[in-house]
Amino acid sequence: MKGDETVDIIVAALPILLKGLQVTLYIFVIAIILGFLIGLVVALFKLAPIKLLNWIAKVYVDAIRGTPFIVQLFFIYFGVNSLHLVSLNNTTAGIITVAINAGAYFAEIIRAGIQSIDKGQTEAARSIGFTEAQTMRYVVLPQAFRRMLPTITNQSIISLKDTSLLSVIGIADLTQQGQIQASATFEAFKIWLAVGIIYFIIIYLLTLLANFVERRIQVR
Amino acid sequence: MSIITVKNLKKSFGKLEVLKDINAEVQEKEVICVIGPSGSGKSTFLRCINRLEEISGGEVVINGHNITDPKININKVRQQVGMVFQQFNLFPHKTVLENITLGPIKILSISKEAAEKMALELLDKVGLKEKASSYPGELSGGQKQRAAIARALAMNPKIMLFDEPTSALDPEMVGDVLEVMKQLAKEGMTMVVVTHEMGFAREVGDRVIFMDGGYIVEENEPNQLFGNPQHERTKAFLSKVL
Repeated sequence: MKGDETVDIIVAALPILLKGLQVTLYIFVIAIILGFLIGLVVALFKLAPIKLLNWIAKVYVDAIRGTPFIVQLFFIYFGVNSLHLVSLNNTTAGIITVAINAGAYFAEIIRAGIQSIDKGQTEAARSIGFTEAQTMRYVVLPQAFRRMLPTITNQSIISLKDTSLLSVIGIADLTQQGQIQASATFEAFKIWLAVGIIYFIIIYLLTLLANFVERRIQVR
Repeated sequence: MSIITVKNLKKSFGKLEVLKDINAEVQEKEVICVIGPSGSGKSTFLRCINRLEEISGGEVVINGHNITDPKININKVRQQVGMVFQQFNLFPHKTVLENITLGPIKILSISKEAAEKMALELLDKVGLKEKASSYPGELSGGQKQRAAIARALAMNPKIMLFDEPTSALDPEMVGDVLEVMKQLAKEGMTMVVVTHEMGFAREVGDRVIFMDGGYIVEENEPNQLFGNPQHERTKAFLSKVL
C-alpha cells in the first residue's frame, strides 16, 4: 500500500526530525526570552526623557527592521567572526540573531503597549507616592502586558519560523534535519510534509498556550 | 500655621497661561471648595498642590515642605496628600482590596495582613466592604469613586484633594460619594475640593474660592460668597449655576 509506505518513511525519519525539533525549540526559547528582555529595555529607552537613549533605540529598531533576517544572521556569524575579536559558534550566533531581531519588534510592541495605558493610571499611582519606576512596575507594565499579549504571541511565532533559516549556517535544527532526511531518502515530498506538520503542531500549541494565558489574565 | 501655603503660583502650558497669580492658604482641618467656570484653572490649581503639574512659578508649601524646591522628595510629600480624580483611575488589573493595599504594602512597607485589615475597615467606612474582592470593572461609578477615596485614605494622608469627584457620575450616585466626603470632613480631614456641587460647597465648605481666568476672584465663607457675592464675575457665575 502506498499510504503505508508514506507512514513508514515518516516514522523512520521521525526520531531524527524530533532531534532537530529539540534544537529548534532550545534556540527559540533562549532567544525569545533574551529578545523580550532586549525589547523591554529598548522600549524604556524609547520612552525615556533622554535624547541619547531615544536615539540609540531608534537606530537599533530601524536597523533591524530595515534589513533582512538572513543578512543579520550572516553579519553576526560571518561578519563579526571575521573580525577575530570573538569566536561565535553557529548556535550562539543563531541565538543572538534571533534575539536581537525579535528584540527590535518586541521593543515597538512594548512601547505601544505602555503608551496605550491611560495617563490617569500613572497620575493615580504617582499621587499615592509611587516613584516613576514603581509606577511602571506595579501599575503600567502589568496592564500593558495584558494588552500586548496577542501581538507578542504573533511576533514569537514569526521568530520561531525564522529559526528555520538558521539551517543555512549549519545548525542541526528541524529544517536542517529535514534537508538531510530528504536527500538521504529521496522522499522530499513526504519528508517536507512531515517537517511542515511538526512546525504547524508546535505553533498551534503555542497559540493555544497564549490563548489560555490571555483568558487567565484578562482584565475584568 | 497653615498646612497649605500657595504664593504667587503660576502655571503655563506652552504659551497658554492657566494660572496667573494664585495666593491661598489652607488651615488644618479646613474644607476648601473651589468653584468656577470650566477653563478657569481650578483643576490645574489642585494638581499643582501635589505637583502632578510642574509648577511654572511661585511657591507651594505643603505641611512645611516647599514642593517647588527641586531637591525635595516629592514622593514623600505625595504620601501625605491623597487625591481623588474625576475619572476614578482605579487600577483595573487589581481587586478593590488590592487597589487599596498596594500603596501601603509597597511604599509604607506595611505587612499584607495589616494592610488588608486596614483596607477592610476603610471599605466598611465607605460602604463597600462586600466589594473587596471585586474588580473595578464590576463596580458602578459611585462605587468606584468611593473605592478610590478609600485607596487615597489608606496612605493615611494629612490632606485630601478632590478633583471634580462627582462630575463623571450618574445623578443618583452623587449622593453616596458626597456623603462619604461629608463624613470625612466631619472627622477633621483637611480637604480641597474642586466641585460643581454648589450645595456641597455651601453645606460642607468652611471657605469657598471662586476662580476665573487663572485668578482667585473671590473667597469667603460659603454663606457670604453665595449670599452676597462681591464681584461681578462671581455674581454672573452664580446666577448661571444656582
